[in-house]
Amino acid sequence: MRARLATTVGGAAATVSRLAGKGDGSVIGGIIGLRLEPDLLSLLAAGRQVVLVTGTNGKTTTTRLITAALSALGQPIASNVYGANMEAGLTSALSRAPGAPLAVLETDEKYIPAMIKATQPKVVVLLNLSRDQMDRAAEIWMLARRWREALAAIPGCRVVANADDPLVAWAASAASAVTWVAAGQRWREDSWCCPNCGAHLLRDGDEWSCRECGNRRPPVSWVLSDGHVLDPSGRAQPLDLALPGRANASNAVIALAVAEAFGVSLPSALSQMRGVTSVAGRYTQVQRRGTEVRLLLAKNPAGWLEALDVMVPAPVPVLLAVNAQTPDGRDTSWLWDVDYRRLRGRPVLVGGERKMDLAVRLEADDVAFQLVDSIDHAVDLARSPRLEVLANYTAFQQYRAVLGRTE
Amino acid sequence: MRLVWIYPDLLSTYGDRGNVLVLERRARLRGLPVDVVEVNSDQRVPLDGDIYLMGGGEDLPQVLATRRLQADGGLHEAVRRGAVLFAVCAGYQMLGTQFGGADGHPLPGLDLLDISSSRGERRGVGEILADVDPALSVPRLTGFENHQGVTRLGRNVRPLARTLTGVGNGDGTEGAYSGRVLGTYLHGPALVRNPGLADLLLTWAAGQELPPLPPQAEELALRLRDERLSAVSVS
Repeated sequence: MRARLATTVGGAAATVSRLAGKGDGSVIGGIIGLRLEPDLLSLLAAGRQVVLVTGTNGKTTTTRLITAALSALGQPIASNVYGANMEAGLTSALSRAPGAPLAVLETDEKYIPAMIKATQPKVVVLLNLSRDQMDRAAEIWMLARRWREALAAIPGCRVVANADDPLVAWAASAASAVTWVAAGQRWREDSWCCPNCGAHLLRDGDEWSCRECGNRRPPVSWVLSDGHVLDPSGRAQPLDLALPGRANASNAVIALAVAEAFGVSLPSALSQMRGVTSVAGRYTQVQRRGTEVRLLLAKNPAGWLEALDVMVPAPVPVLLAVNAQTPDGRDTSWLWDVDYRRLRGRPVLVGGERKMDLAVRLEADDVAFQLVDSIDHAVDLARSPRLEVLANYTAFQQYRAVLGRTE
Repeated sequence: MRLVWIYPDLLSTYGDRGNVLVLERRARLRGLPVDVVEVNSDQRVPLDGDIYLMGGGEDLPQVLATRRLQADGGLHEAVRRGAVLFAVCAGYQMLGTQFGGADGHPLPGLDLLDISSSRGERRGVGEILADVDPALSVPRLTGFENHQGVTRLGRNVRPLARTLTGVGNGDGTEGAYSGRVLGTYLHGPALVRNPGLADLLLTWAAGQELPPLPPQAEELALRLRDERLSAVSVS
C-alpha cells in the first residue's frame, strides 16, 4: 500500500514537472516517491527480472539495445530511457511501468553496489571502466574494487562483462557466473597495470596477462570481430547496425549476450537492434540552414577517442564543443588525454563555454581551427553540406535545444 | 634537451601529458632540440634526462610507483647530478619523506624534497590561485586541484606559492621547491595555464636565460590564462 501511494504521488509530480517544462519527469517522481517510502526501489523491483547496465561509456546506448533485443519476448519492459541512472531515476522508471515483468536499467557506476542490493538483478552488465569527471567521481581502481565486492555478494546473478578491459574483468571475476565477451578496448590509458597486483601488464593484441600474479584475460564466448558477432558456437553474423562506430558494435555484442540469457535467439535480437537509429538525441541528424548536422555526445577521453573514430572522414568539417559545468566535471584536464592529431588538415571549429581550453590543446597538437560562438556560427563558417558535431554533456544539451529535441 | 616522463602507466590521471607537450613546444619554439622519453614502470629510469616529470595517480598506483622508483634508483641519481624534477599532485607527495598510503597509513617517500604528507579531513577539489615566491619571478599560478593531502614543509624547502583561493598544502602555502626539484598540488596539465612556470623549468635545465617567444605563439595560452584568472574570484 505504501509503495502504491508513493508511486502515485511520485507519478503526479513527474506529470507536473513535464507540464511545467522543467524536465522530462524522469527523476522528480522517483525523488518524491523515495522520500515517502525509502525501500520503494526494492518493492518495485520485487518479482521482476532486472538487468542493470553499467560502465563509464555506452550505458545509455547499451540499455537501449538490450531493451530492443528483449522486445522480441513480447512483454512490456521498464527502462530509464533518458539516462536518469541513480536511485531516483531507476525508481521512477519502474513506477512508470508497474506491469512490466522485465526491467533494463542503466545504472551509474558509483551506485551499482547499492542498486544490486536493492533490485536483486538477474543480469549485471559491465561495459568498461576509464577515467571520467574525476572532480566528482570515485577513482577507478577503487570503483573496480567496489564492483568486485558487490558481485561477490550476489550469488544468483549472471554477469555479462567485457573481457578485454582488465579492470572490468578483474571486477567481474568475483561473480559466480560470468559470460565473457570480447568487446574490444580502444582506450588503454587506464589499464596498463594489473588491477590485482599492480605489475605492468603484458599486452599482445587483445590478450593481456600479468606475469606477477597470473591474472589474465579470461576465455571468451562472444566475440566482436570486424563488424561481425561470433556467437558461442563460433558462427559469424554481420551486425549491420544503424548506429555508427566500433563502440556501438561492442555495445551490441554485449546486448546479444544478455539477450541469450533471456532465451532470445540471435537473429530476432539482431533484427530488433538494427531498428535503433538514435539514442536520446545521440547520432541524430538535423537539417540546419541547408547543412546536415550530426550530433555525437562524449564526456571523457575514452569517449572522445571513440567518437573521433566514428566521424565521417575529411573533408567534412568538425565542430568540437566543451563545457565544464557540474554535470560535465569542472576540470578540463582530460582534454590533454585525447590525441587530436588525426584532425590535422580537416576543417575544425571549436565552441562551448571552455573553448579556450580546447583551443590551447589543439594548438599543442598542431591542429588548425576557428573559434565559434554558437552552432549557427559553426554552420555558417563550415559552408558544407555536412557538419559533424562532438560535444560533452551540457554543450550537447545546449546545441540540442537550439536544433530542436527531435529524435 | 631530454624530457623524461616517469611512469605514465601509473602516474597519469588528469591529462598529465599536457606538461610534456607544453615544455616540448616552448623549447622547440626557441630552437632547442627536444626529445621525449616515456618510461613505464617496468623500465629503467634513464640517467641522462634534463627534466623529469611525474604526474598524478590514485592511491595504489602512487604506492607502487614509489616502491619501483626507490628500487630503480635512477631518478635519485639524476637529481644528484642536477637534473630538473617537476612533480604534481600524487607525484609531489611521493617526493617527500612520507605520504599517506592506500589505507591512510604513512609510507616512506622518495626523500627528494623535505616535505611530509598525510591524509586530510576533506578533499580539496576546485580551482586554485596562488602567488609564487618572488624569488622565482613567476606570475600568479592558476590551476585545478583534486586531492585529500595535507603537506608540511620542512626546513630545507621553500613554499612555491601562497594560496589566494584553494587548499594547496593546507596551511596557506602551495607546493614546494628546493634546488631544481619542484612540486605542486596544481594537478594534470599545470603548465598549460602557467607558461611562466614552464619557462622556469626550461631555464633551469638550459642553465641560461631563454629568449621570449614570438607573441603569436603565446596568444592562446595567455587568453586562456586571463580567462581563468578572471573566472575565479580571490577568496
